[in-house]
Amino acid sequence: MNPKITSTGSTNKGWTREQMAARAALDIPDGSYVNLGIGIPELVAGFVPEGREFIYHTENGLLGMGPPPSEEDRDLDLMNAGKKYVTAVPGAAYFHHADSFSMIRGGHIDFCVLGTMQVASNGDIANWSTGAPGAIPAVGGAMDLVQGVKNIYVITQHTTRQGDPKLVERCSYPLTGPGVVSRIYTDLAVVEVTADGFRVVELAPGISFEEVEEKTGAAILPPK
Amino acid sequence: MIDKNYSSVANAVADIPDGATVMIGGFGASGSPVELIHALIDQGAKDLTVINNNTGNGEVGLAALIGSGQVRKMICSFPRSSQSKVFPELYKQGRIELEIVPQGTLAERIRAAGAGIPAFYTPTTVGTILAEGKESREFEGRTYVMEPWLKADFALIKCEVADPMGNLTYNKTARNFSPIMCMAATTTIVQTKNLVAAGGIDPEIVITPGIFVNRIVEVTQPVHEDTLIAAGRSYP
Repeated sequence: MNPKITSTGSTNKGWTREQMAARAALDIPDGSYVNLGIGIPELVAGFVPEGREFIYHTENGLLGMGPPPSEEDRDLDLMNAGKKYVTAVPGAAYFHHADSFSMIRGGHIDFCVLGTMQVASNGDIANWSTGAPGAIPAVGGAMDLVQGVKNIYVITQHTTRQGDPKLVERCSYPLTGPGVVSRIYTDLAVVEVTADGFRVVELAPGISFEEVEEKTGAAILPPK
Repeated sequence: MIDKNYSSVANAVADIPDGATVMIGGFGASGSPVELIHALIDQGAKDLTVINNNTGNGEVGLAALIGSGQVRKMICSFPRSSQSKVFPELYKQGRIELEIVPQGTLAERIRAAGAGIPAFYTPTTVGTILAEGKESREFEGRTYVMEPWLKADFALIKCEVADPMGNLTYNKTARNFSPIMCMAATTTIVQTKNLVAAGGIDPEIVITPGIFVNRIVEVTQPVHEDTLIAAGRSYP
């Protein structure tokens, strides 16, 4: 595990996907039970800070999920919620789906790190459906996670590929859950959701507050 | 002497009628009872309501059952798959119904049915479009929605080891929905990789007690969906 946030991308400005994941990992205390969403959040597992141990939960019935196996060690009955092959660490446990979601809904999981389509300044998150006509709705466990896990962190690019803000005043897409997100890690900044809306906690290297403000679709407060 | 053993997957699913509600264990390819599903395709029951977390992969197993036109309605949490176009195409043509249920609510509705609890309250979906039309109530200052139990006429389940009493163990994350589906169905049909004599499973490690299981059929070398898909197979 690499404790340092090293430069793994070609840009000098802002954070790469790996650096965003590493920055989020810094805010998770030793011994936490953690559920990681699909995409950039999965990278968090590669950046556990030195001296800390996280226990990973996956919805399909495994606590103590380990890294992907080599081809020859692959077990077709050992998958994560993203349907990728994984391993189980020493001390892992298997359980059925109702127990798995008791861990989630019952408030036993400490942190969930999710990707998103939109997140609002009141902590609302929309990450399951665009609501477009003809789209097939697919919610999975997202609504259970955001209501049940103690701390909901989001890792996302600050804007869409088209340049539209993903941090917004109010979500235009159907909500996954209202008022649940506490922190957001983007390529430009770490942002917290406060009673007064978004506030920048930390700016990525080479990024000004003004740039963050310009690319955010809601009022945002500067770092304290 | 109790012996729930059936001689073949065909015999085990022979009496599933048209219009039945069928739970199918598995999460994606993991834990999917492929041989029982293929036997149901051969048997031909129509107008089925199927409960599974997903809608199948490739053109085998659950995706093949859907593709054969035997399924009227799917109840699931995540009907999209990067590996299958079968459900999305039928859905877009309006030829199959979909009830979308958040994964934890799906699991708890199934568990509740097995436990004899007709409904429960959960925070999941509060403040979203999936809560529309649901009864809600406040407990200790927080809003919860009411969700009903989810029962089935039959469950099709894959396990690792079974005995003739119906006691079961599973393999790793292939367990997923199977133990609670065994509890929630009127008739639970299980394919097992290993059938051992009574006493062959340590009572301390039984995951599904035999009272929740009606039929056992030994399938000693079960195929895995991912293996079939990698080989480009389809069923029938």
